[in-house]
Amino acid sequence: MNAVVDTSVASASLPMTKALNAGLRRAMLDDPKVLLMGEDIGPLGGVFRVTEGLIAEFGDKRVLDTPLAESGIIGTAIGLAMRGFRPVCEIQFDGFVFPGFDQITSQLARMRNRHEGGLIMPVVIRIPYGGHIGSIEHHQESPEAYFAHTPGLRVVSPSNPHDAFWMMQEAIKSDDPVIFFEPKSRYWPKGEVRFGESGTPLHASRVVRAGTDVTVVGHGAMVSVLLQAAELAAAEGISLEVIDLRSISPVDYGPILGSVGKTGRLVVAQEAPGFVSVGSEIAATVAERAFYTLQAPVLRVSGFDTPFPPAAVETHFLPSPDRVLEAVDRALAY
Amino acid sequence: MRMINPNGAFEPNAAAEEFLPYLDRLTEADHRRFYRDMVVVRKFDTEAANLQRQGQLALWVPSHGQEAAQVGSAYATRPQDHVFPSYREHVVGMIRGLDLVDILRMLRGVTLGGWVPEEHGNFHLYTLVLASQTLHSTGYAMGMQLDGSTATGNPQTDQAVIVYYGDGASSQGDANEALVFAASYQTPQVFFLQNNHWAISVPVARQSRTPLYLRASGFGMPGIQLDGNDVLATFAVTAKSMDDARAGHGPSLIEALTYRVGAHTTADDPTKYRGAEEMAYWVARDPIARFRSYLESRGIEQEFLDSVDEEAADFAADARKRALEITGPEQSVIFDNVYAEPHPLVAEQKAWLERYEASFDEGKN
Repeated sequence: MNAVVDTSVASASLPMTKALNAGLRRAMLDDPKVLLMGEDIGPLGGVFRVTEGLIAEFGDKRVLDTPLAESGIIGTAIGLAMRGFRPVCEIQFDGFVFPGFDQITSQLARMRNRHEGGLIMPVVIRIPYGGHIGSIEHHQESPEAYFAHTPGLRVVSPSNPHDAFWMMQEAIKSDDPVIFFEPKSRYWPKGEVRFGESGTPLHASRVVRAGTDVTVVGHGAMVSVLLQAAELAAAEGISLEVIDLRSISPVDYGPILGSVGKTGRLVVAQEAPGFVSVGSEIAATVAERAFYTLQAPVLRVSGFDTPFPPAAVETHFLPSPDRVLEAVDRALAY
Repeated sequence: MRMINPNGAFEPNAAAEEFLPYLDRLTEADHRRFYRDMVVVRKFDTEAANLQRQGQLALWVPSHGQEAAQVGSAYATRPQDHVFPSYREHVVGMIRGLDLVDILRMLRGVTLGGWVPEEHGNFHLYTLVLASQTLHSTGYAMGMQLDGSTATGNPQTDQAVIVYYGDGASSQGDANEALVFAASYQTPQVFFLQNNHWAISVPVARQSRTPLYLRASGFGMPGIQLDGNDVLATFAVTAKSMDDARAGHGPSLIEALTYRVGAHTTADDPTKYRGAEEMAYWVARDPIARFRSYLESRGIEQEFLDSVDEEAADFAADARKRALEITGPEQSVIFDNVYAEPHPLVAEQKAWLERYEASFDEGKN
């Protein structure tokens, strides 16, 4: 068992897995009603070790290794939330959420509405998602649009360890169900986590690199791709403004519209298939609200409208910095 | 397991023996209450179906034929227990303190819920996606364990959960996952399976090749089958199972054999899939007629039976009157309570709809 992360210091350089672990731990220390549920999250610490050490510290009444049944995990979490608990469920991989999809969309998302406001549903569902890890089928999916399409859910995704630490705690404090997408390709790179301040509300998007020529927007692992693209573009004299969406539902359009007002050009990037996607929604909304400031059509860079391919060809499927720059060039050509 | 035979004679079979002491909990007044509730809810049920036929309800879900299974099990709960119904357990709600007109509100299309469970005997909302509530009830029972509200040794305060589902729902994955979780965590919980023999038009034989109570042992919990048209048998078995659950002995499954005499809902036509012979068999085993014969054999006075009929007629008439008075909610109900915390998209759309609809009024000036 690795040592518990010391969060009493001002900051530390941590991988996202450790930042999430520290966020979960702080939430559990803050509120005895917070409990963790999922497959292999106890002694093993989860397949990605995000819950490592927590069962040793909090015991098996706060960290529940559940039977292997996703609908069971979500359905019982709903019952626990009715009883006043704040369950945080781990779904082992993105492609394994679908056995629990009915409980999430038909029950969890609607429970407060059905009860006419008589209860809250403070359930967090953690889902490791996305590609870039060379894995097998059902282990590299980006299903966030299904959840963003469902009224009653909130959907967020951190792109870096600092946000992961804070967004996890804020998601747990939310009285609404939050689907928390963890970009698994960003689990291991280290980043500075500042333990004293969160800086940004859960549902705020944020400019992470200022620029003047084209606005590029993405979430989760795509943010690092966009930052790489911005570096490459800068070398060619093109200035990209990079926005980290952070929240997929609701979307915080303020910084996006502000940036587009400045650049007049927008490229939205995501790993998920583009048809009926988060990127499509942002493109439509920006076209509606910023039509006269746009100097080019809003362009989408997405995974293709195919199943996630065998890992051997995933680099051809996933948007790369070059694919983003191809769209940037098209936007600038108008 | 049976105590009263179809003719109304008290004839406990061998399986009933261990449950006989639970009948000592019942007074003469309880017997009268059982009968009264069964008669009242059947009259209400008929009236509600009429309301639907007259266009006053979107749908009605009859409970005709299942009154004994529901009344007997409901009286086995204690005030501190929690009840998770499916969508046909009207009289269970009534016994737990629910105004049945609240159920009509949902079926009249003015609410998706209808009541606050904690203010109505912990009778939770109807759940229309089959078996979804089994998992909620198991999670709720896990919560009772985690917050120390059960198995303390005090039967006056220890809590348990009873969840209702049916033979159709028993095929759902959620019902099976709930049994897995319940057995795994040894939840204080009774799975009350009303086998009414029909899942809309599909007979129970399509759901299971084995009697449904036998499935319990495969999950690692006790299971028992009883005559669900025998209100005393149902009460006694459920009382023991709930006692065991409250005392920390874990979950169990009760299969109550009963029959859906009415249609699945008012949108159904049972004449298309089942015969008169089967119906006659079950009508001869009617739970109310049976218990009435039992009470008569014990010398119940005719005046009581007549007064119950009168009370049931008044109850149904009152329900009809109040059902017709139910008015729809404000349009803001579309947006309220989708989220607990502010949500910009919902707020924006609510404001837009108000402006849009107000614009028509402006045109009239």
